[in-house]
Amino acid sequence: MNKINTQTQPQPPKGWRSYSSDKLALRNVLLIDPAQNLKKRADLIIENGIIQQIGEITDGWDGEIIDGSKLIACPGLFDMHVHLREPGYEHKETIYSGCHAAASGGFTGVAPMPNTDPAIDNPGLVNILREKAVGFPVEVHPIAAITLGRKGKNLSEIGELVDTGVMVFSDDGSPIVIADLMRRALEYTNMFGATISEHSEDASLTMGGVMHEGAVSTRLGLPGWPGIGEEIAIDRNVRLAEFTGGKLHIAHISTAASLEIIRRAKKNGINVTAEVTPHHLTLDCSLLDGFDSNYKVNPPLRTKEDVIALQEGLADGSIDVIATDHAPHAPDEKEVEFIKAPFGMIGLETALGIIHSKLVLTGKLTIERMIEAMTSAPRKVMGLSDVSIKAGETANLTLFNPDEKWRVDRDLFNSKSKNTPFHGMELTGRAVGVINRGLVWIKDEK
Amino acid sequence: MNKIRFNHLLGLEGLSSEVITEILDSAEAFLKVLSRPIPRVPSLRGVTVANLFFESSTRTRISFELAEKRLSADVVNFTASSSSMNKGETILDTARNIEAMKVDVVVIRHFAQGSPHFLADRVNAAVINAGDGSHEHPTQALLDIMTIRRKTGDLKGLKVLILGDIAHSRVARSNIYGLLTMGVNVKICGPSTLIPREIESMGIEVTHDLEEGLDWCDVVNVLRIQLERQNEGLIPSLREYQRSFGLTRNHLERVGGEKIIMHPGPMNRGVEIDSDVADGPGSVILSQVTHGVAVRMAVLYLISGREQSIE
Ligand SMILES: [Zn+2]
Repeated sequence: MNKINTQTQPQPPKGWRSYSSDKLALRNVLLIDPAQNLKKRADLIIENGIIQQIGEITDGWDGEIIDGSKLIACPGLFDMHVHLREPGYEHKETIYSGCHAAASGGFTGVAPMPNTDPAIDNPGLVNILREKAVGFPVEVHPIAAITLGRKGKNLSEIGELVDTGVMVFSDDGSPIVIADLMRRALEYTNMFGATISEHSEDASLTMGGVMHEGAVSTRLGLPGWPGIGEEIAIDRNVRLAEFTGGKLHIAHISTAASLEIIRRAKKNGINVTAEVTPHHLTLDCSLLDGFDSNYKVNPPLRTKEDVIALQEGLADGSIDVIATDHAPHAPDEKEVEFIKAPFGMIGLETALGIIHSKLVLTGKLTIERMIEAMTSAPRKVMGLSDVSIKAGETANLTLFNPDEKWRVDRDLFNSKSKNTPFHGMELTGRAVGVINRGLVWIKDEK
Repeated sequence: MNKIRFNHLLGLEGLSSEVITEILDSAEAFLKVLSRPIPRVPSLRGVTVANLFFESSTRTRISFELAEKRLSADVVNFTASSSSMNKGETILDTARNIEAMKVDVVVIRHFAQGSPHFLADRVNAAVINAGDGSHEHPTQALLDIMTIRRKTGDLKGLKVLILGDIAHSRVARSNIYGLLTMGVNVKICGPSTLIPREIESMGIEVTHDLEEGLDWCDVVNVLRIQLERQNEGLIPSLREYQRSFGLTRNHLERVGGEKIIMHPGPMNRGVEIDSDVADGPGSVILSQVTHGVAVRMAVLYLISGREQSIE
């Protein structure tokens, strides 16, 4: 479909409204910015997209006033692992639909992975994707492919990509199979201070695997994807990071043993960071029992023990980042025999509610740590400037109602796809606004 | 008769001993029907049964077809090679077609684990799993259990050894579920590369020593070994497999005692089982085939919810 781009000025998601950022106050809002140890209730005054003042609005102040008494305002959430499927798979998602999904999930920035067709391996494509997000309060910072065409052979023109502002490289969807190529990728990116985000999987150990290998896969007779398939790859990559001094980010870790490798590497001063998804933090492989392909993800859901270990690793900072691995697929692609279904679930519109309900409200994670893992931590790995709630700074904020109870309804998603196992789940805590790039999108009160 | 109802037969996992006993008891009644001069009853008159075979299996298909005809059901057959199932039609299309055709019972054999569950979630028809990948093959296990019960009278406390490629075997899984539910002790025996991880968690024991297993058991159920396992690097060769795990007269003589010998077929004679064992004393392999028809009649009859008596 060679449709000419007739994209109009993006409108807020259904049930949301756009406000002017010329003169706007969030009255009596709870400000939380863990990076500067800020947690206080105040009026936040924005003028021309800039935070003008944190204090109290005076009588007779003539801007727009939004009641923030039920809300938390934190730095804008950033998701450093999403699949927006453009170009090549626009029937699953586009930059446009993905940015809507991101905004309604409270994200003001996302990093789409380059496993598109063609792969994002050159500055031209990177710039096209960025431009498609203009008009959204959501920044799109593409991650570029490590290798040309994601073919795992020759390095992309990483220097030129760095010049256009790309600081993270990944062949996500596939691992770098050849150890020597990973070595060179780490050496080469290190020259620019850039980072390799690696989908760590030893394909010889996971070939044909569709779920975690263990008691449940044995019962179901499904081919296993053992934890060791991830752990051996992480171990290799961490050793190569140590050997080269390069910066390594481990995408979507899923097992307790992977976490131990990362803990040890950090203790030894190796340049490694890690991310975990909301689904690996809250779901385990026993849910595969009914052969529902919405639970089929790569890496697979692991055991209850792994889930608990990952929760602890996130809480103590061993795992730096929460990232969704938002992986949209059309219904007719997912609604097939389990072994034939593609891997992945969507996550942008449920991440905040899931983490808040299942980890924060249960006392497993502080709200500060949640915010940090979804804001400053991913921005740091991405090489982006920090976002602060401070007078004089650009207003890049997420508004969040921690008490709102809602039921996940995939039919109301802004994403083009509906592949979520969280459909129908009752959650507490919901994103209700995003402010960024001079745009203010806020959900109407119920 | 026919007190217990079930909507689908997707597997033996989770099926109660009452239901299994009900099926076996009905199968006994149908076995009598099968020995009559005219082995046919009108129990399923007016009931449409669709046999969906996404994977070829002559034995299971014929056994189901025969069972359906003996029950006077209307039968339609779809096989992967002859129908649109091969031409890009998805399993979701198949489900929709079944709905549109208003079929009452679907018998499905599929290469993919969970496909009968997929259908059962999407159609009003009763679904019978005739084997889904390496997951379950409930009617095979039911006929195995029936065969054992007929031979021993009582199942409780019996010891059954399942021998062979457990990892890829739907027959093994269904037997394990069903036998454990009926109070039978189960041990499995095979090369470590064909025993799936954490299988002890199902409540069974594992041995890699055939004679130790034989010495322990009352019944040995021998599974078919596929040549592919050699090319997948799971066993060095069929020759070496035969050397360690092929069931021979010698093994049986060394451990002594009466053993019931079973095999779901088709057999690789001289590989997993020697001819003099398969055709020798203790072998119930041919009765398994006969019981297969009776068990499938029982399942079809009970699942259709018809009230007519068999007599
Ligand atoms: Zn990945």
